[in-house]
This record gives sequence, C-alpha cells and structure tokens, in this order.
Amino acid sequence: MEFLFYIIRRVLWSVVVLLGLSVTIFFIARVIPGDPARIALGPTATQEQVINLRREMGLDLPLPVQYVRYLSRLVQGDLGQSLLTQRSVNRDIAGAFPATFELVLTTIFLVVVIGIPNGVLAARFKDSWLDNVNRLTSLIGVVTPSFFLALLLQLLAGYVLRILPTSGRLPAGTDFTADITGLITIDALLKGNWLVYFQGLRHLLLPALALSATGIGQIARITRSSMIDVSRRDYIEAARAFGIPDMVTTFKYMLKPSFIPTLTLLGLTFASLLGNAFVVEMVFSWPGMASYGVRTILQKDFNAVIGVVMVIGAFFVVVNVIVDVLVGYVDPRVRLRGGNA
Amino acid sequence: MHEKRDFMSVARPPLTLPAPEATRERPAWQRNWYRFSRNPSAVIGAVLVLLVVICALFAPVIAPFPEHADAFVDFRNRHQPPSAAHWFGTDNVGRDVLSRVLFGYRISLLLVLFVLGLSVPFGVVLGLLAGYAGGWLELVIMRITDIFLAIPPLVMALAITAALSPTLINAMIAISVLWWNWHTRLVYGIVRSLKTEEYIDACRVIGASRWHILFRELLPNCMSAVLVKTTLDAGFVILIGASLSFLGIGAQPPTPDLGTMVADGAGYLPDMWWQSMFPGLAILVAILGFNLLGDGLRDLYDVEVG
Repeated sequence: MEFLFYIIRRVLWSVVVLLGLSVTIFFIARVIPGDPARIALGPTATQEQVINLRREMGLDLPLPVQYVRYLSRLVQGDLGQSLLTQRSVNRDIAGAFPATFELVLTTIFLVVVIGIPNGVLAARFKDSWLDNVNRLTSLIGVVTPSFFLALLLQLLAGYVLRILPTSGRLPAGTDFTADITGLITIDALLKGNWLVYFQGLRHLLLPALALSATGIGQIARITRSSMIDVSRRDYIEAARAFGIPDMVTTFKYMLKPSFIPTLTLLGLTFASLLGNAFVVEMVFSWPGMASYGVRTILQKDFNAVIGVVMVIGAFFVVVNVIVDVLVGYVDPRVRLRGGNA
Repeated sequence: MHEKRDFMSVARPPLTLPAPEATRERPAWQRNWYRFSRNPSAVIGAVLVLLVVICALFAPVIAPFPEHADAFVDFRNRHQPPSAAHWFGTDNVGRDVLSRVLFGYRISLLLVLFVLGLSVPFGVVLGLLAGYAGGWLELVIMRITDIFLAIPPLVMALAITAALSPTLINAMIAISVLWWNWHTRLVYGIVRSLKTEEYIDACRVIGASRWHILFRELLPNCMSAVLVKTTLDAGFVILIGASLSFLGIGAQPPTPDLGTMVADGAGYLPDMWWQSMFPGLAILVAILGFNLLGDGLRDLYDVEVG
C-alpha cells in the first residue's frame, strides 16, 4: 500500500515538473525576438497577410493567455501545427521518435550489460590490472565527446575495416515499413523477417556504441564503488565466515544493494544521453528527433521546437519515474520513507 | 567569534584543535601541495590544463601560421597531409590545422570562463539562500532546480541558442542559463547539513547578521566542493560547447572553433582524416585535463560533489 502511495506521489510530482518545463520553454520561445508569422510566410508576404496570420495563430493575445491556450491543447496531446512542414507536430514527431527510441533503448541495453558486469569485476578484483584497465577505459569513455567517438567508429568500422554500415537505419532501397511499433528490429521480429532484423541490428550497432561509451564508463565506476562499500558491511563478512561461496556472496548479497546508486545514476545520465543522441544521430544520418529538431530549431519553427523539447523532457521524466519505482522496489527503505522525490 | 579560516584548509577545520607550539604542523599550503604532488591523476590533469591554457594565451606566438586562424584561403596548399611544415596538415581551404587548433583553445576557454563565471556565483548564492532560509524560498528555489534538471542540457541549449540566433555569445548565454542548478543543489546540500552545527548557533547568539552567517561562515565551507565541481564542470562546458558548434549552432565560420572544425572536417573523411581528427583530439585533451584535475582535487579535499 505504501508502495502505491509512493508511486502516486512520484507521478504527481512529475506532472508538476512537466508543467514547469512547459512554462519555461514556452516563454523562452515566445519572448525571443523574431516574428513567427513573418518567418512562416517568408519575406515576400505583405504586412496585411502577416497581421492576419498573427491573429489566426493567436499571437496578438497577451502571453499568459497564449500560454493557457497552448496548455489546454497540450493536455489534449495536441502540439500544434509546424510552420516549417505545414503538418501537425504530433505527426512529425511520431515519425521521428521511434528511430530515436530504438537507438536509446539499444544504448541503455549496452550500458547495462557492459557497464554493470565491468563494475562488478573491477570491484571483485580491486586494484588488480583488471581494475586499472577498467578505470582507464571508463575515463576515456567519459571524456571522449560523443560526436568524436562517433566519427572514430565510423572511420574505423565503416571505412577501414568495412564491416558495418555507417548511415541510416536500413540499407537504401530495403522494402520494409516498421508500422507496428516503429522499432525496426522489433517489427522485423514480429513479422518474422530475419534478414531485416539483422540488417537493423547491424545499422544500430555503431551509433549505439558511440552513444553508450559515456554511460558505460559512469555505470561501471559507480557499480564498482558501491560494491566496494557494500563489501565492507558486517553481513558480507558474516556470509564469508559461514563459508558461503564467493560467487553467491558477490552476486546474491552484494549486487542487489549496490544496484540502487547505479539505477539512480542511470536515470540521471539519461538527460545527457538524450542530448548526445542528437549529435550521434547527425553523424550517422539517423532519421530521428535530431535531424527534425535541428532543422526546426534553425527555422525558428516555434511549435515544433516546443514539441521536441516537451517530448524529450517527458521521455526523461517518464524514465526517471520508472527508475524511482524500481529503486523503491529494490530498496524497501525508500518506499517506506516515501522518498523525497 | 570563531577563528577566521584559511581557504585551503576548509575541508578539515571542524575537528582540528590548535596544535601545541613545539609540534606545529607545516603551513596548510605545504601539506596540500605535498598531497597534491603525490596524486598522479591530479598532476597529469594540472599539466594538461596548464598546457591548454598556455596554448590559448600564447596562440599568436606559438602558432606557425597565426594568420590562418581567421578567414584565409590558400587553395594551392589545401588538403596537405601532416608534414614538417604543417604538423596537423591543412584543411579544405589550405589553412594550417595546428594553428587553428591553438586559436580554438582560446574560444573553448573563453566559453568556460564566461559560462562558469556567470552560472557558478548565481547557483552558489541561490543554494546558500535556499539551504539557510528554508520555508517558501527553499521550496521555490529547489523546485525550480528540479525542473531544470529534467531538461537535457544540450537540447535546451540548442533551443535557446537557435531562438536567439546561432552565435558564440548566444551559445554562452544558453549554457549559462542551464548550468547554475547543479551548483545550487551542491551548496544547498552542504548548507543544510552545516546550519545545525554549533558554530552557526554561536554566531547567531552573539548577534551576527544573516549576511555574515551566509557569506562569512557558510560560504567558505562550501568553497572546496564548489571548486572541485567547477573544475569538473569546465570539461563538460567545453564538451557541450563543442557539441553545439558541431551541430552548426554556436561559433560561426571563420572563427577557429574546435567543434566547428571537426564538423567541417567530417565531410572529408576518411581520406583527409587529419582535418577532423586533430581538432577532436584537442577537445579530448582539454576535457581529460579538467576531469583528471577535478578528480585529483576531489581526493585532496575529500568532498562529494554528486
């Protein structure tokens, strides 16, 4: 029961955060100089046309009124019309989001399956050569700019070794539409199309690797340090004294409590991961939110910009709710105390 | 009145008693210098940072072709691979890549100074206020920082910069707008745990003003953590600035910006690799330096910076 209240409280707080985000981005986008109506119509439009469009778009109303109108559409899930593509922002984002989502999911997968075991090994063999190699690779992962790593991987695997494709989600001319979930690999599996599945994976690998380097390093380090913290506890000492096998102690008794800082960090690094996804997508011509976002941002397409920022913010907030619920599940103290959201 | 503390020793004071005259310890800076010099990561970091700063300060003197930093065209020498004359090769209009990298460090450090100079003091003061004042002020400030935490910095910086029009100064403003909240959270946490300490009560009892307690008692005790965090931040500011200009939203050509240089050179991969790889490596070296130095300082002061 407490756990349910904890989740409800956490979700309500996320709604407040998203409201705050919508206010912030709305006012930033509107206060800034430049007339959206003039930009939409181009330099050849007459003053009269501009005034008409301003009235049509509600730009002549006071800002708070504009915000309330915007918000009332937003809560119905309507992000408005894109001035650039003349289509609804919802449609544009729905077209671009799955590609980003697939990339980010794959990245998280890599971060977890590479970062956590590395951290566990580094903690288990603390101060050995393994730990030092791990420390060095983590550091390199953290300090290498994503776009630089993306270019390096592209150069190495795509041009020098010629083993992996370097752009797009599928080979040009592939006759396949991901119309079930929008994720190519998942849809290919659902349709039983193995060839497309493997093609999709091959295309995902390089961008996901470039994007995951930072996360792998950070997760490995935090897993290592929290494992070492836990290993000094009395109950681990007791387990050792009882002669419980080392493997069981490490994986059953040490890993679970060590998971909590790791999970929290995973949620927090998600923000920089989403940002870096923009850069990596540009390098690999990945048809996701980045190309749409950068294009609309440069064109001052306000509804689209607000839409992109809101969708990315919501994505981040949802992931962090999931992380907090998982933390509450793993750590009963958090859900009983209520956790300070 | 409690003793006035020297900045370098802030991490340790609450427990140290004045040593007897005969066994007096060495001065704080000597002890700190000794511990610093025994920490390999701090020393390597300091050397790299120093190298970057020297490159930036003396770029006009060190650079073999200082005139190549700005708009300069020499088509006969375009796409030259690395050689004795051009250590890092030349770019697609014949400019010396090494010279441009050296000048590029000026832009990166300028960005760091501007962003951290604006956002750190702002964030620190807000953190002090929120932590000490409590009540509605704490609620408002901390909830706002939570909202800013929910925004991927690069995406928001993109939105702000582009809305203002993509220039270097706007990129600086945009990153500053996003950076303060980390310092607010850091200082807030420290102040919350410090304000119940006895020496603060003592100050209040003898009638010290609120400002005195905030800026003369609490602030000095936050400085080591803020210094460590600021050093680590410098690397990330360079990273986010380079990412912005890599996307074409930041310093515009012909400004010798490292991110822009990588982006320009990327079009000539894989054959003219030097045009993008050397500026990329230069960014990496700067970030690595600040990171190692920050980690080293963290060990030295023994502080948690989140």
